[in-house]
Parts: sequence; structure tokens; C-alpha cells
Amino acid sequence: MIVADQKPINEILGMLERYDKVLFVGCQTCVAVCMAGGEKETGVLASLVRLARQKAGQPIEIDEAAIQRQCEEEFIEPLEADGYQAILSLGCGVGVNKLADHFGIPVLPGLNTGFMGHIEEHGVWAETCAGCGDCVLHRTGGICPVVRCAKSLMNGPCGGYTDDGLCESGTGAPCAWIAIYKRLKELGLLESMTETSPPKDWSKDRFSGPRTRVREDVRL
Amino acid sequence: MQNNVTPDETETFEPKIIAFCCHYCAFAAADLAGTMRLQYPPNIHIIRLPCTGKVDALYLLKAFEEGADGVMVAGCEEGSCHFTNGNLRAKKRVHHVRDQLEQTGIEGERLEMFNLSSAMGSRFAEIAHLMTDRIRKLGPLFGNESAN
Repeated sequence: MIVADQKPINEILGMLERYDKVLFVGCQTCVAVCMAGGEKETGVLASLVRLARQKAGQPIEIDEAAIQRQCEEEFIEPLEADGYQAILSLGCGVGVNKLADHFGIPVLPGLNTGFMGHIEEHGVWAETCAGCGDCVLHRTGGICPVVRCAKSLMNGPCGGYTDDGLCESGTGAPCAWIAIYKRLKELGLLESMTETSPPKDWSKDRFSGPRTRVREDVRL
Repeated sequence: MQNNVTPDETETFEPKIIAFCCHYCAFAAADLAGTMRLQYPPNIHIIRLPCTGKVDALYLLKAFEEGADGVMVAGCEEGSCHFTNGNLRAKKRVHHVRDQLEQTGIEGERLEMFNLSSAMGSRFAEIAHLMTDRIRKLGPLFGNESAN
């Protein structure tokens, strides 16, 4: 899922300063699961903003909505935004882009979109895929060296790890390549460590510009 | 941020305080306070919860939005929760909401969590006095915006 975090409340209040009638729109998919921008979080943020503005003597009218996915036009279509001066989106950056494309009023981001990740435990999310466009997980026992190795090494480890197997970068993350070694050993595939990976095709990564995927067979 | 409430206003202002009370401790303690004929301010409006673990950020914020000047959450003593750790979860949520309120310019002291047992009727009355006095000193949540 896409993992995001709510922007600091003061930053949100700053963005809303010039408006007094705003629609807050949550997204019920990824950001609801990571407890950043679902229906509940939209309600909490709207409540906080109303209280803050009332306290500051500048009341604001906020209506709340939450749609299934802000990244799909069919879910955006039924949303009415007439009469609002702006929309605050609690979707990921994709949702903000889509709402801004759809509505002719300013759409403000309520979240900072972080990464693609998984739930490590309740309240903890970790990044596990960088969306590099050229997956190597079949060679690494399902552990991504692109995102979990600080250097994105394809032929690790680099040797820069602590005695307890943590990355020397100081993030507290385990060395991805030690994890890969252990996983391949468990799987009986350790010999694949002796194969040198060819240079990775980074042209498919996001740094080569915005990516578009087209499947002609399913286009209408 | 404190409201500029004059001493006269502080004496006459009757705050509205919502108390989210656990059925197994604080609610029973409030009941006991009544049975013991203990006097405590009528400003406290009790909402009974099955456990303070039921407390949600939205409950607390909506209470303020709907006119409360102060909100208290009263649960079992730490280590004595009927549901093991509901009160510890409530504690984290209350702290989180307090932080958020403070960031928006609202005094965090308007929201407080207390821990007590069902046998502590007098402690409940004491808490009711403490919160009422505290909120009375802070003044109404809204209404003094021009003074800020």
C-alpha cells in the first residue's frame, strides 16, 4: 500500500488561512489502512481545524467526505464540490493530482506521501518496494535490495554493517544483503549468491521521468 | 495560550466538562460518591464507556466542538484494567489529542486522564473539583477570541 503521514497541523492551518468554506476529502484505500487519510482521520482533522479556527476567531465551514479511491475517476465523479472555495485532500499525492485535475478549485494536500510499504505491526509501517520498474526479487529471496539496502546494491553486501548485522548508515535497519543471504540459505538457493547480477536497467525507474503503463488489450 | 478572563468572570463562569468514565471504575466511583453523599460540582457530565479503551480522538474533539470547555477521561488504575490494557491505550490517545490541541492554540490542560478504582468515591469528587477549578480559571473554550 501507499504509506502517508498527516502534515503538521500548523502547515495545514496555514494552507487554509484564506478560505472559510472547504471540503475535506478522505480516501478509503491505502491511506485509510495506514491510518493517515481515511474517513476517521478526515473527521479528526476537520474537527481539529474547526476548533483551531473557532479559537482564533476565524470560524471555518468544513464538510467531510471520503471516497473509495481518489486515484480513480469513477469514484471522483459523484463528488460534489460546488460552493466550496477549496478542497483539502487526505489522499496520497496521486489523489491530490486527480482531484486537482477534476475540480476547478484549489486542491490542497493534507498528507505527506511517503512510500510503498507493509504493516510491520499495528501502528508501524515499513518500506519494502521502490517501484523501480525492473524487479530482482526472484534473485534475492523476496527481499528488495533496491529499497532495503541503503546503497541499492545489486551484488552485496558492501561490508559496511555492524556486528549485529545492522546497516552502517545508522538507520537501525538490518543489512538487506545479510537478510538476503539468510533467506537464500533457508531456501536452499545459496548458490545464486555466487552469480553476479548484471547492471540494472534504471531507465525504468521514476528518475527517468513520469511513467505510464498502457495495456492495449484492455483499453476501451 | 490563556484566555484573558477577569477575576469576576472566573468566579461566575460555570464550565461544561464532559467525563468519559469507565463502567468498571470511575463510573462506579461516581456512583459511590453519590451514595456517600459527597458534594461535587454539577459541571461534570458523565458519559459511561465499557472501558476507556473505547475512547477515540474523535469523541474527545467532538465533545469540545459540541460545547465542552473541558474533557476528562477516567479509567482504572494502571495495571488494573478490566480488559488488561484499555486504560493504557486511552492514555496514549489522550496524550496525542492533547499535543494536537496545543499545536492548534488550545490549552492542553482542558483535556486530562485520571486513574482511579471503583472504591474511590471521594477521589472522584476531588477530581471533579480539580477539573472544574482548572477549567474555570482557564475560562470558556470560546468566547474570548478578541482578547487572544
